[in-house]
Amino acid sequence: MGESKGYNDRLEEKLASVYSGGHEKYHEKMKEQNKLFVRDRLALLFDNGEYIEDGRFANVEAGDLPADGVVTATGKVNGQTVCVMANDSTVKAGSWGSRTVEKIIRIQEIAEKNRVPMLYLVDSAGARITDQLDMFPNRRGAGRIFHNQVRLSGFIPQICLLFGPSAAGGAYIPAFCDIVFMVEGNASMYLGSPRMAEKVIGEKVTLEEMGGARMHCTVSGVGDVLVSTEEEAIIEAKRYLSFFPSNYTEKPKQVEAKAIKEGRTLEEIIPENQNAPFDMYEAIDAIIDDGTFFDVKKLFAPELITGLARIDGRAVGIIANQPKAKGGVLFVDSADKATKFISLCDAFSIPLLFLADVPGFMIGTKVERAGIIRHGAKLIAAMSSATVPKISVIVRKAYGAGLYAMAGPAFEPDVCIALPTAQIAVMGPEAAVNAVYSNKIEAIEDPKERLKFVQEKHAEYKEEIDIYKLASEMIIDEIVAPSALRSELANRLRFYEGKQIVNAPRKHPVLPV
Amino acid sequence: MKNLESTMAGTVFTVNVAVGEEVSAGQVVMVLESMKMEIPIEAETAGKIATINAGEGDFVNEGDVLVTFE
Repeated sequence: MGESKGYNDRLEEKLASVYSGGHEKYHEKMKEQNKLFVRDRLALLFDNGEYIEDGRFANVEAGDLPADGVVTATGKVNGQTVCVMANDSTVKAGSWGSRTVEKIIRIQEIAEKNRVPMLYLVDSAGARITDQLDMFPNRRGAGRIFHNQVRLSGFIPQICLLFGPSAAGGAYIPAFCDIVFMVEGNASMYLGSPRMAEKVIGEKVTLEEMGGARMHCTVSGVGDVLVSTEEEAIIEAKRYLSFFPSNYTEKPKQVEAKAIKEGRTLEEIIPENQNAPFDMYEAIDAIIDDGTFFDVKKLFAPELITGLARIDGRAVGIIANQPKAKGGVLFVDSADKATKFISLCDAFSIPLLFLADVPGFMIGTKVERAGIIRHGAKLIAAMSSATVPKISVIVRKAYGAGLYAMAGPAFEPDVCIALPTAQIAVMGPEAAVNAVYSNKIEAIEDPKERLKFVQEKHAEYKEEIDIYKLASEMIIDEIVAPSALRSELANRLRFYEGKQIVNAPRKHPVLPV
Repeated sequence: MKNLESTMAGTVFTVNVAVGEEVSAGQVVMVLESMKMEIPIEAETAGKIATINAGEGDFVNEGDVLVTFE
């Protein structure tokens, strides 16, 4: 209880200036945009709002660049230690100077040494062009941030919460993360701003159209989860993180099991007519713990659902065809979506559950020109090389390469389970009969006779691909009643926990894309 | 004026609305047949149908405008 010392006053004064961020007018502007101050974001993110910080005094001598525009912190989220970098957009619009970059690199190094997840809370105008020689090209320039991200990928989870712009080179931070949350109306990503686009290529376009959150989460697929507020982004990011271990050497935590959501049974949900659509989300609800589904890329390529969930308290990554959207057919974007999701789950020991109801990969000029063959190959490569437990469930049809993509028997799933409604074939009965007998069918002149012939051939074909025949030939491993599917999956996830595959040594496969 | 585009290449299986009809968001305006599947095309927002650009049996490509709204 002595008098305050002069040096303490000086420290307090400097800290007060650091904690208050940039000029008052920029704080006001953030409020208008429904954006939170960086330290309020961190208070929401960390358990009890507690964290330690490094580099608080970065660039303190400059006077007007508190913390050099970025807060780097370590603390607990859901009881799990994480490292965070968070731009302060009240300081020169969150732009990067040399110390900003050095701070980001150092917090990445801390995350690496402690083997804990790294979160990037991005709200930045990009490089400070006036400082370019100090922050751009050198060994510990901005490029090192991305180099580190690539090295850390699959080692620790990396998550991006995009609250504002992520411009030019800065747009690669989200690109190298496992998942990107975007706040609608405020978040954006682009290599060149609309102003630059107009100057350089003559295009007139709005920011929303070119790099807005909704566009990226529905069209480009660069964004994964679209949210309406920053609070929602933080809550959802925490929920996402709860599925993951701290690093690749650990396993996801098991939590208390919950019953399924009340609703219709799988028998009621799945129509017998193979060609009639149904909502796969409803079928997923009938097998997972209530309220656990975390949709990844919900708005992008909706013909394929990818999401994290829990079955009997155990984490699982679900890849499911959605017959309600585009008939559940696989496209370039759906292949792309599944590839990243499978790679994500496999990296962090989350078992994969495939729910197949797929007519195959899309055909036609449009998709061939877009390279559907190599994108399909990319999906099959990711699925094939995943070493986590893989469970393949044939819900209804699985035709052609669709069977392969959904971890069919040849791809070493731990089990291939068929529901009694399953139909596995190179193609559906209609297409197959047309393909084999088209000349014969055309030659029959009497329409009644022709119909009779076609129906006979359909019946023969259906017999050929009867699911019990496939079970008898041991092509599929099991046939399970829809009502028994959940408990079957719960048991298998429990028993496969110790699965280990050692791949033959090599440097790495050559990826199809 | 808002357009409703085809989500994928296919053949028009049924046209479920008429010109001048008021439709609600989520209502099925057309069903395509593609890859042997029925593909419902739903209105994204409510509105009045101005034109219908494809009839039953027509081939439509991904991105083709199927109907326009007033």
